[in-house]
Amino acid sequence: MSDYILEMIDVMKGFPGVKALNGVTLKVKPGTVHALMGENGAGKSTLMKCLIGMYEMNSGKILISGEEVHIKDTISALSQGISMIHQELNVVTERTVAENVWLGREPMKNRIMVDHKRMVKDTVELLKKLEMEINPNELMRNLTVAKTQMVEIAKAVSFNADIVIMDEPTSALTTSEAEQLFKIIKSLKEKGVTIIYISHKMDEIFRICDEITVLRDGQFVMTDDASNLDINKLISLMVGRELKEMFPKIECEISEPILKVENLSSGKDFRDVSFDLHRGEILGFAGLVGAGRTEIVECLFGIRPKTEGKVWVKGEEVDIKEPYNALEKGIALLTEDRKKTGIIPVLSVKDNIILSNLGRYTKGIKLNHKKINSDAEEYIKKLNVKTADHDTMIQNLSGGNQQKVLVARALLTEPDILIVDEPTRGIDVGAKAEIHTLITKLAAQGKGVIMISSEMPEVLGMSDRILTMHEGRMTGIIGRKDATQEVIMKYITGSVENMEVSYE
Amino acid sequence: MNNVQELKKAVSKNSIYIVLVLLVIGITIVSPNFLSLSNIINLFTTESLKGLLALGVAFTILSKGIDLSVGSIVALSAVVSASLIQEPTYDAQLFPGLDMPISLGVPVAIIAGILIGTIFGVINGSLIAYTRIPPFIATLGSMVVARGLAMLYTNAYPVPMLKPEFKAIGQGSLFNIPNLVIVLVLFSVTAWFLLNQTRFGKNVYAIGGNDVAARVAGIKINKNLILIYTWSAFCASVAGVLLASRTGSGIATLGVSYELDAIAAATIGGVSHSGGVGKIGGVIAGILILGVVNNGLLILGVSPYIQQIVKGVIIVSAVVFDMRKNAKKM
Repeated sequence: MSDYILEMIDVMKGFPGVKALNGVTLKVKPGTVHALMGENGAGKSTLMKCLIGMYEMNSGKILISGEEVHIKDTISALSQGISMIHQELNVVTERTVAENVWLGREPMKNRIMVDHKRMVKDTVELLKKLEMEINPNELMRNLTVAKTQMVEIAKAVSFNADIVIMDEPTSALTTSEAEQLFKIIKSLKEKGVTIIYISHKMDEIFRICDEITVLRDGQFVMTDDASNLDINKLISLMVGRELKEMFPKIECEISEPILKVENLSSGKDFRDVSFDLHRGEILGFAGLVGAGRTEIVECLFGIRPKTEGKVWVKGEEVDIKEPYNALEKGIALLTEDRKKTGIIPVLSVKDNIILSNLGRYTKGIKLNHKKINSDAEEYIKKLNVKTADHDTMIQNLSGGNQQKVLVARALLTEPDILIVDEPTRGIDVGAKAEIHTLITKLAAQGKGVIMISSEMPEVLGMSDRILTMHEGRMTGIIGRKDATQEVIMKYITGSVENMEVSYE
Repeated sequence: MNNVQELKKAVSKNSIYIVLVLLVIGITIVSPNFLSLSNIINLFTTESLKGLLALGVAFTILSKGIDLSVGSIVALSAVVSASLIQEPTYDAQLFPGLDMPISLGVPVAIIAGILIGTIFGVINGSLIAYTRIPPFIATLGSMVVARGLAMLYTNAYPVPMLKPEFKAIGQGSLFNIPNLVIVLVLFSVTAWFLLNQTRFGKNVYAIGGNDVAARVAGIKINKNLILIYTWSAFCASVAGVLLASRTGSGIATLGVSYELDAIAAATIGGVSHSGGVGKIGGVIAGILILGVVNNGLLILGVSPYIQQIVKGVIIVSAVVFDMRKNAKKM
């Protein structure tokens, strides 16, 4: 009998132009929560996809409880007791919770007919065991991201898996929802389930994980007990260098207002929002999931209709109906959902970078390819995008690098107002700090920045002022000096309201 | 080692052209006549009109749409064009007594034919852009309506006896190259230019790849959709006018199921129905593969029914092969 429930030994995996995994080893003890850490593109997700048979390893071995196994697809992974909750959730949105949990292995009344009653009953039991309050007959598309995630967890558990892989499970969860997830993880652990946990949130890792394995650039760095490490040590292992400042805020002059919003409303999504944004300022938007922050910026950008209110850009009243209007007025938006509203997956890195800027490359009707190439190259270098070349399809890049490409797209339009919605969601510490530095620099150059973030340290660390939202209403604007985690929490949960704008 | 990998990559990237070359070699071995100049010109001429349609339809597929109406547009353009350039001596002239001088009549016939067909593209594009109905439905509707209009316009009678100067366009040739082939080459170059050298082309790829993201990136989706379907209909209209000119008459039943051949050619050529992937070179190769198969089997004396079966198998295998190729990249 082996000491380890799972051993992956000397795993190699390459993609065209990239060596994603280069001799990685992972050893996991039974009944532990094992963190898999590393920057974006370090190979964490790739390693896990090799484990569950989504990718084929070029070489390497997988041992379960000391015995070598060959996992050729996700079904054989499940039969080996390995189940994975993906970062990007895969659900059938038009079917119910119960149908999703038992998808492909529905309980049968006989050879032909599905036993719906038992399916619902089993789901109720499963959800109860995990203390999840979800109606099994609800359609998946009506669930919040958090609830959807819980259904995925329930599904993973229902396979009676010995090893459950969680890839960034808390990236879309609020603090209280994350707490519930930790409770579930704890109870799973008590039942002897082994959990491989991928996350970029340091505090989580140290709270719930027993052991930590670090990868860097597709290479194995080390495995150690969590108790032997601290945040700084871990970060330097991940990035291969000391990271002094996560939030390198540059103090800069805040000058004239560049954007003014009065009584903005959009149907039931949010109402009566008023604020202004100055050159050189970073205005943070804080709120719980569903508070209407994203909806406000979508409305400003012309993605969502405005039902009431007025907007001024540089003193001129504007009527923005479509995103191209917004871009013409010097507003750029980095959206929340990279996959859905950001990247064009089948196009090259270059084409993704220049997409918002095509008008400027047109001489007569012909595109200026020379300028396109040099601009793309310049921004790939400037933002340190890790890619084989600019003709690589963007879908072959890691999440953080895709995000950098989208940042490049926004910057290339030379906006006066930059709106970033969860700019560092699901990306690693190194890239995070790079993006923070960039945002601060842009503000210092005299741009106005609106930043939505669900990560409290990020909002607090970056913003000059923080606008708080609660259930579609604005509850206050708080100056940098008054802003603490506790104060913000009160405002975003709606327990305090103070519409007065406080500076400093 | 590295060379082998690079060779593999090159083969996989150019597989469609390799298939074409292999087909040509194979058929030539069995029947050396195949590679004669006259047969090659014949092959290009036969495929040129469907090729035009494929060049148009490819844009709609690239944008994750489809255009089913092009076959009917061929018919409508053909009959409208033909009706304006009939010999006045013909006793069943559609517009009795109509006899424009050649210098006026020929341009009017051409322009009217192209215009009427192209309008359908504007309608298709607008329907898709502003009502958000699926392109399949919008163009299915247009397909039926355009065919109906062609029937109504001609009362389902042929419109024959066209003036020789008009017929010369489709039947003539320049330096022994048939005009139809020249038009196909011109349109291929134009299509390549549009896709690779203009903003419009970049927009087409982006809309096909992820239309929501394209909109957020500031692309005018509606305007581009209208342009895409207008281009497709424009290609079909030109094909319609040329067909009337070549055959010397406009018939409302012309071009039936041409849209399927066009879609097949684009598909074989590697234009992905998931949008955003495909090249004009591939489309041309797709057209030629279908042409070589048709022509080759004909030369070999294979029954036309078997030709149909072979075509069907090729279409499906091409897509299966293409998807496997793309899946490997993951």
